[in-house]
Amino acid sequence: MRFGILVFPGSNCDHDCQYVIKEIFRQEASLIWHRDASLAGFDAIIIPGGFSYGDYLRTGAIARFSPVMSEVKRFSLDGGIVLGICNGFQILLEAGLLPGAMLRNRSLKFICRDVYVRVEDNKTPFTRFLRKGDVLKMPIAHAEGNYYADPDTLLRLKERGQIIFRYADESGGILDSANPNGAMDNIAGICNKERNILGMMPHPERCSEMALGNEDGKRIFRSVIEAVREGEYQIKFK
Amino acid sequence: MKAHVYVTLKRGILDPAGKAVLSSLESLGYKGISQVRIGKYMEIDIEGRSKDEAEKDIKDMCERLLANTTIEDYSFEMDDK
Repeated sequence: MRFGILVFPGSNCDHDCQYVIKEIFRQEASLIWHRDASLAGFDAIIIPGGFSYGDYLRTGAIARFSPVMSEVKRFSLDGGIVLGICNGFQILLEAGLLPGAMLRNRSLKFICRDVYVRVEDNKTPFTRFLRKGDVLKMPIAHAEGNYYADPDTLLRLKERGQIIFRYADESGGILDSANPNGAMDNIAGICNKERNILGMMPHPERCSEMALGNEDGKRIFRSVIEAVREGEYQIKFK
Repeated sequence: MKAHVYVTLKRGILDPAGKAVLSSLESLGYKGISQVRIGKYMEIDIEGRSKDEAEKDIKDMCERLLANTTIEDYSFEMDDK
């Protein structure tokens, strides 16, 4: 299968994602410059982490106007799988493809360390190789990961099972002390109503092989690959 | 014409940077400060349209890009000097 990885000025996890898809999973992965306006032939799109446009104005605020983003919208409306990681999540929020917004971390600090997240739902193409309640260790690296949604939106996210990852302690306890950034309800990742777009703050591409000491992130990419292979999310995007 | 645009976090949304500045002001000895909210100020030079049209365009810019209305409020003043 063929992954497309978007590249904005300031993206810096694009090559890490490409490495994982190509070298660990032996699948095709192409980098797509943000001015390219075609996603024809791709099975899944990754919006990687980084600092697109230097985080000017707000994180993700400028990137969402790049030509490729209207194609991402079309791709997702057609049912294509879109995974936004860190800055990719922020871009999806600014683009309105996922609900809510990111605030500065409550500590005001850039936080770069491993955290634990609990899997809240496995009925998505991103989590089908996980069980509800599984705890994953993954690194975060951000200054704006303090997820916010208005009360109505939060309620809808809960009712529809769109909260996919929540910050937890090692044994899966959802505690404020396990919340690194102040995110509402310890939210670390959400999906859209149709469940084909996921935004997550932790970096699965930084923990997908034992050489890096941890391969919990692999289970997310593996889920996506299997979901496409089984045809459930196969789309004909021209 | 110049537009002075102010963008601030909505009331009720925690502003940790504002809080940090508030406690610094208190440690400098200033009394009676109950809140500090930090925001953004933008100046936009805009020509070639009436004041009404310019206001309409600036409002549109705020809604679409300058503010994220999920978390931020905006206001602006037009200066036609």
